[in-house]
Amino acid sequence: MSTLIPTTDRWLREARLAGDATLRTEEMVLNIGPQHPATHGVLRVVVTLDGEKIVEGTPVVGYMHRGHEKLFEQRDFRQITNLCSRMDWLSGLNNEIPASIAVERLMELEVPRRATYLRVIMAEINRILNHLMFTGSFGLELGATTPVMYAFRERELLQSAMELATGGRLHFGFIRPGGLKEDVPRGFVDLALRGIRQLQKAIPDYEDLLMGNEIFKARTVGVGVLDPDLALEYGVSGPILRGSGIPYDVRKAEPYLNYDEFDFNIPVGTNGDSFDRYWVLIQEMKESAKIVEQALLDLPAGSHIGQVPKRLTIPKGAIWAKAENPLGELGYYIVSDGEAKPYRMKARTPSFNNISVVPHMLRGAYVPDMVAILGSMFFVVGDIDR
Amino acid sequence: MAVSESQVDELVPRQELKTLSPGKTKRTTFGIGLIKGLGITLRHMLTPAVTVQYPDESAPLPPRSRGIIALKEENCTVCMLCARECPDWCIYIEGHKEARESVGGKRAKKFNVLDRFAIDYALCMYCGICVEVCPYDALFWGQLDNYSEHDVTQLTHEMEQLNQWMYQVPPPEELEIGAMGPAVKPAAGPPAAGVEKEGA
Amino acid sequence: MADALGNGYVQLGLKMSVLLILLPATLVLGWVELKIGAHMQARLGPMYPGGFHGWAQTLADGIKFVLKENIIPRNADRSVFALVPYVTMLGAALIFVVIPAGRNLVIEDLEVGVFYVLAASSVGVIGILMAGWSSANKYSLMGALRAAAQLIAYELPLVLAAAAVAMMAGSLSLVDIVEAQKSIEIAGFYIPFLPFQIVGFIIFLTAATAELTRPPFDMPVAEAELITGAFTEYTGIRFAFSLFAAEYISMIGLAAFGATLFLGGYAPPHSALEFIPGIVWLLLKTLTILFLLIWVRWTYPRLREDQLQKFAWKFLIPLSLVNIFATGALKLTPWI
Repeated sequence: MSTLIPTTDRWLREARLAGDATLRTEEMVLNIGPQHPATHGVLRVVVTLDGEKIVEGTPVVGYMHRGHEKLFEQRDFRQITNLCSRMDWLSGLNNEIPASIAVERLMELEVPRRATYLRVIMAEINRILNHLMFTGSFGLELGATTPVMYAFRERELLQSAMELATGGRLHFGFIRPGGLKEDVPRGFVDLALRGIRQLQKAIPDYEDLLMGNEIFKARTVGVGVLDPDLALEYGVSGPILRGSGIPYDVRKAEPYLNYDEFDFNIPVGTNGDSFDRYWVLIQEMKESAKIVEQALLDLPAGSHIGQVPKRLTIPKGAIWAKAENPLGELGYYIVSDGEAKPYRMKARTPSFNNISVVPHMLRGAYVPDMVAILGSMFFVVGDIDR
Repeated sequence: MAVSESQVDELVPRQELKTLSPGKTKRTTFGIGLIKGLGITLRHMLTPAVTVQYPDESAPLPPRSRGIIALKEENCTVCMLCARECPDWCIYIEGHKEARESVGGKRAKKFNVLDRFAIDYALCMYCGICVEVCPYDALFWGQLDNYSEHDVTQLTHEMEQLNQWMYQVPPPEELEIGAMGPAVKPAAGPPAAGVEKEGA
Repeated sequence: MADALGNGYVQLGLKMSVLLILLPATLVLGWVELKIGAHMQARLGPMYPGGFHGWAQTLADGIKFVLKENIIPRNADRSVFALVPYVTMLGAALIFVVIPAGRNLVIEDLEVGVFYVLAASSVGVIGILMAGWSSANKYSLMGALRAAAQLIAYELPLVLAAAAVAMMAGSLSLVDIVEAQKSIEIAGFYIPFLPFQIVGFIIFLTAATAELTRPPFDMPVAEAELITGAFTEYTGIRFAFSLFAAEYISMIGLAAFGATLFLGGYAPPHSALEFIPGIVWLLLKTLTILFLLIWVRWTYPRLREDQLQKFAWKFLIPLSLVNIFATGALKLTPWI
């Protein structure tokens, strides 16, 4: 099992043994990033190249560290909600939910059923938004400029549904411990349903335009295979783990909110190559659309927030709460010493673990494969560095 | 697959799980996919564009959109709650106490008078906590999305401007069917069946 | 009229005018590509510069490129670096020398016209190679080497596809090829070589796309991997000329070449339409091929360099050889 820390030694030795003694070739070190179109963000990958072949590739993270965990210690929970959504900026609402769940569990708050439903609806819409972004940008990285535009077209309607409810397009800040900030305005259900229907009509286009394309298959099938063993060892989660064939989804494994009441499937890839990961993303959009549809159609009447004291003081104790972020398992470990602010709040973000396994996948790949691998590892740099 | 079944079972209860698998989608289709792709782009070329030509027309902003924060100066009591709750401390408030004769009262009462209220929009992260915490309804969200400046210091807007922006504040909107407002004490609240315990 | 055309100076002037329209033509083609691409993506594309549907967008881009600073990296091989725009532009412009816009409206009707075009079109790749070597940049170097590999892989199918047409016509001169297509006539309709050479046409388009380093074969300038590859270090007007102008000029050139070979060039579709000048027909046919190139560009992702090599050597070249055999068999059948 190749779980050692990546090292060039073996590769170098092999290359030297195989190579001609008189004709010597050297590896070339290429810095990809922090500013590079394939790293969408400020990730830096240092690759050692033998021609077009990658001998070793190491992601260098930390260019976007903003000290979120330290900031949490100085903020109360209303403020923390807004900070959380800035870690993984593509799925703000999904970041806020586990933080609120942690507080609710510590304080033993009751969340009204309507609030739970609305949380599920918005979390799933947010998941679709995130997945649309990544399916589109994956095409862009492989050189197909069109899918991303179609993805943004579908995003727009769902995005405006979210904007109608929360007022924000990226950072929603809508979840509060005990429920939601406010109830959704009239017209939200209609708009969200319209967005979902439009998405369901458009998904076959994505499948034909990119997924069914022979060039796309040539670029992704068998490229960047992530061994399930390795994935588990690195704590990889989310669509990437499912792409590798392990049907682990927090929504099913340890249902939070009321995910156990909805009917949805878990798409699972066969061998964990880039194609599988992309396929999982497309299927998850369909499943999320199913959940949103179910939840919207039987949205119960009720309150949007439970009985919450005006000043939230969290009882002494520690708690771990996790949820299925669009990119994987997101969890918060909160230690409270009985004040409004947490004593320590640790965030376990999916992108960090997901990007950690990349060196193993880069080894032996070609430079263009690197783009396919990075594009299909679905990471947000803010989520890596936070 | 190299993963043992027990390892997976630890993570996921197998029996109740419905999974999907890519199956045939991975196989090559000998150029049919290429032709389908061409068909899709051609179809889109012949259908009208969906974009909005921004400076000429702009998509309507929803009532809740977080454009600018407007100040209703009369309502402000200089309680400083907003400034304290602001996560990045972008609200500057100055005030002084003033004794004023109250009508019918014997003694002069002390009032807080607002001297300065400014928001640095370069720092503001548009979370809306100040609007939420204001106990006297002095702060509102207004709809405005194009107030960029050439100089970052120009983004600190003073009281006069914030007052002007009250005209951008939309009227309160209706809530979605079934909304009941925040839960109140069980005596007057919705039936207990509507509330479910969450988590644990 | 005939006298005036016979005058050497007038002829020279006409010949030079072809060069004069090339640059505006790139601007127009650039704009057309922007608009078609935008509409394929459910957008409108440029709408403001110039007023009507942003017709001056590429002109404004050009002016912007002129105004930008022209940087040569310190470690670059200065003379080679500066020579690149000329080489790429020259290779692109040379194609037009033999493209006939009418029976006599051709700069030089070379006996070996077909091979002259194929040779000239590959000069541009040498420009890319020069840019890569002289830039002192690792990305550029990789892009240049990819371009060189691509040139070798795709020159052969291009030659073989053109050879099949030359066999059909029995001549390498482009005027003769068009005249040969005019000689196939059914009820007044001129039948071009396309129906007989449909395989050859597809091979030609594929190879031409690779030759032009356009998607899906744009690995040498791959945006997402190599950041415009060989031209990473180019700025300002050098960038505009060596990348955009050269690409669009050679695109028009190869499209006109393809139109001449497969679609009958300046020949009208029907003998009754002879009164419309041949240049109009050539332009229409060129635009058709250009549209195909643009359409493909906005639809497909890009291949990988090794996959492209495999595709070229294991599929396209055998296919074009089969095509040549089939053409030979066609020539030998008595009823044609």
